[in-house]
Amino acid sequence: MEYRDSRILYLDKLTIAFGGLVAVNDFSLEIFQGDLVGLIGPNGAGKTTVFNLISGQYFPTRGKVWFNGQEITGLSPDRITALGIARTFQNIRLFGDLSVLENVLVSFHVRTRSSFLSSMFCLPRSLQEEKNIREEAYFLLEAVGLKDMASESAKSLPYGQQRRLEIARALATHPRLLLLDEPAAGMNPQETQELMEFIQRIRKDFDLTIFLIEHDMKVVMGICERIAVMDFGIKIAEGTPEEIRNDPRVIEAYLGAEG
Amino acid sequence: MSKVEKRDFLLTGLLFGLLMVGVWWAQSHLNAYLVRIFNTACIYVVAATAYNLVNGITGQFSLGPNGFMAIGGYTVALLMLPLSQKQEVYFLQPLMWPFNAFSFPPSFFLLALILGGLLASLVAICIGVPTLRLRGDYLAIATFGFGEIIIVLANNFIPLTNGALGIKGIPEYTNLWWTVNWAFWTVFALKNLVNSSFGRALKAIREDEVAAEAMGINLFRHKLLAFALSGFFAGVAGGLFVTLISTVSPTLFTFTMTFNLLIIIVLGGLGSLTGSTVTAILFAFLQEGLREVEAPHVIGSWTFPGIPGMRMVVFSAILVVLMIFYRRGLFGRRELSWQDFVNLWSRRRKVHGIS
Repeated sequence: MEYRDSRILYLDKLTIAFGGLVAVNDFSLEIFQGDLVGLIGPNGAGKTTVFNLISGQYFPTRGKVWFNGQEITGLSPDRITALGIARTFQNIRLFGDLSVLENVLVSFHVRTRSSFLSSMFCLPRSLQEEKNIREEAYFLLEAVGLKDMASESAKSLPYGQQRRLEIARALATHPRLLLLDEPAAGMNPQETQELMEFIQRIRKDFDLTIFLIEHDMKVVMGICERIAVMDFGIKIAEGTPEEIRNDPRVIEAYLGAEG
Repeated sequence: MSKVEKRDFLLTGLLFGLLMVGVWWAQSHLNAYLVRIFNTACIYVVAATAYNLVNGITGQFSLGPNGFMAIGGYTVALLMLPLSQKQEVYFLQPLMWPFNAFSFPPSFFLLALILGGLLASLVAICIGVPTLRLRGDYLAIATFGFGEIIIVLANNFIPLTNGALGIKGIPEYTNLWWTVNWAFWTVFALKNLVNSSFGRALKAIREDEVAAEAMGINLFRHKLLAFALSGFFAGVAGGLFVTLISTVSPTLFTFTMTFNLLIIIVLGGLGSLTGSTVTAILFAFLQEGLREVEAPHVIGSWTFPGIPGMRMVVFSAILVVLMIFYRRGLFGRRELSWQDFVNLWSRRRKVHGIS
């Protein structure tokens, strides 16, 4: 019973084919409450496709996705977000023309209760709700260190801050599981170090389970407790960083076979 | 309410009061021609801001507002036309039931406008359910087709619309009180909506549909909401229009109407309600002011004959120039807020050394 309760995400033999190309093949994985799991693999291995399958952007050809004891296969992305899975994107997808604050506020929309008519006529209920979510948005921006940028437009931020804004925006949907798609991409060592500390911190502060894709081995080996390795759509290994580092199949996938 | 909210609320109330005093003054002091232009301007404000909600704020390229205006216009005409006039107008084929059995008294004008808007909004939902799954050019073509279908129906469904002859003798209920109030409350309601959580969701859809959906926004429901609201106000604008000029016929709501509205929202800035409001008023005045270029002129020994349609050439030229120098329209996506006026005022005080 204990076992079932703490399993937050269960991918059951996920398979997706685009025409003749099988991008993900029989991919199974379990993630438990509070885990920090990494997903690695060479370019084109199908890592982002797995994320797209979890968050509902793609519909699997076969297999099932379970979240929190509930099957979520085939639900639309907005429903899945409402249930408690939030994500960031590999190629940052902020709402460029909106302000930093607005980017975060958008994510609260899924939780707001006032109707559009009440918003149109500024009824007290809407105003109160707006005040509450603004306070919470400022709190989140402070947590990611972007409070001073609140009124800047999102596209004017430097790269590293855009990444952090994307995480703040995902946190604003009140997720239980956070999917981070290459959070350290394009960052210098200093920024990467900060990011690792940041991920550890939000995991504790927001009581999150985190599943991340990353190419930077220092990040993956440094913060993940468990790592899954993919190659050509198939999971070739899973284990602790130490086990993965010494797994001959992983070495083969990254460096090529010996001889 | 915070201090700023209270101030904005007061200033908005003050503006409304000033507008009402202005209308009261205009009724007795301005000539009928100017009043007519102001009426048209306000109707354009209602239609253009509503159109901008779909095209500019939500980023869905629709070309169908003329259809929604036609629906609102015909509904209001059929509801308000007195029974005696109905018999006189429909001499080819009698008017169909139920409209031949009743007619609203003048005091029901507001109800007729709202019913016209609601019907347009209902049709918008019916049209939106299949077409809002399309994007970009495809949505534009589908909504353009819808507008054309409405006009073809208006031309051929004679028992209801009296065909190409149209309906004449609609009582002229629309005056400055009606148009200014509708323009004010439309802009007020849409501005509040755009600044609310719903408005941010709509803008997020415009910016990036994939990200918006991943942040928990139901794309379809929100696009439909924008489309239905836009349809409502377009319907009301149509109703105001036909009771202003006392006649309705299919030619009134052809694609030219959509084209005019498109000029207004593009010139004003896609995504700026302020822009649409300002350019809607400018457009109404320019449309009259440029009549001069269509009139025959004598310069020296040369006589230029008047060319009908020259106004549209001028508009096109303005559009071209603006697209070169202000690619995003006069206001871009910016809105004027009371804060801007307060800032302007305090800066002026500083410049003049008053503290």
